[in-house]
Amino acid sequence: MSDLAASLTTPGVVAAILAMAFASYLCRISGYFAMNLIPFTPRLKRALVALPGSIVVATVLPLVERLGFAAGIALAAALASMLIRRNEILALLVGLSVAIAARSWGL
Amino acid sequence: MTFGSDQPILTRAGILLGFRMVMPALPGVIVFAAAFGAAASAKGLTLLEAALMSALVFAGMSQMVALEAWPHAGAAWTWAAVAGLAVLTAVVNSRMVLQGASLHPWLSAHGNGLNALQLCLLTDANWLVGARYHADGGRDLGVLIGAGLALWVMWILFTIPGHLVGALVSDPKRFALDLVMPIFFAALLVPLWRGRRAAVPWAVAGLVALVAARLLPGHVFIMAGAIAGMVTAALMPEGACE
Repeated sequence: MSDLAASLTTPGVVAAILAMAFASYLCRISGYFAMNLIPFTPRLKRALVALPGSIVVATVLPLVERLGFAAGIALAAALASMLIRRNEILALLVGLSVAIAARSWGL
Repeated sequence: MTFGSDQPILTRAGILLGFRMVMPALPGVIVFAAAFGAAASAKGLTLLEAALMSALVFAGMSQMVALEAWPHAGAAWTWAAVAGLAVLTAVVNSRMVLQGASLHPWLSAHGNGLNALQLCLLTDANWLVGARYHADGGRDLGVLIGAGLALWVMWILFTIPGHLVGALVSDPKRFALDLVMPIFFAALLVPLWRGRRAAVPWAVAGLVALVAARLLPGHVFIMAGAIAGMVTAALMPEGACE
């Protein structure tokens, strides 16, 4: 019986997963509940409106810098594809194709 | 509190609209989930453990980062290792604090109990879908919930085949799988575009993130850039980015 349990999982792994889940849940709810306590001003509204794009740019730019030139042109191609035809699947395919081609040419 | 006066709306039609709106994100999510499953099997997690992590943590980037810091197979687990993984997860997912805050004007009409429950499903893609929908004037909370549910089910479902065929994706770079997330993220900037003035905070966010990525450990640069973007927008003159 204990052999079967061990083949499915280990207690340490379950503890780690539960701890990670709890940390994620705190991140998910704390922003909303913090905003319950903070007065809502036009200034704060402007800050929150700018937030989605800011998170996207702040996530992507350093990643591109780390991942290299091929990643940069792949992203540019995906953005161009979105500007021409607003279709996320197409943009993803264009970006991935450009990245695979660029890497196979050793860029 | 002009936003608090919105009537709470939550309909089945909204949930179905959420399913539809998040469809374009699903190929990326499927590939990412499979890549996570493959990486988890390479790190020695069992299929059950990989699926359990996807179901309960449901945050791809932090799951991937946690695998990087995962103890070696056979090493004894310590409370310090568990706590370290929890802190790492919180740091990578700290962007969710800001994402949740940005949804407050919409969610506040619905009461704290429902929000504490539905925010279990908050993740990058349903937040982006929701932010876009709300910016276009939509108010049905079902869109956020429907998009989140679809993502959660797909995320768990496709972790499994990823784990099973883990060995086949041993070189994710060759198929550019490491770029799925950045490309998908960047593509979603186009619908968020509201003119050059509104993009000034984004530019500041990007510059600060680039600098922070060199100076600060781990994924702190996301938090640093996002906060810089918010502060910039707050300091800009009235009407600059609404």
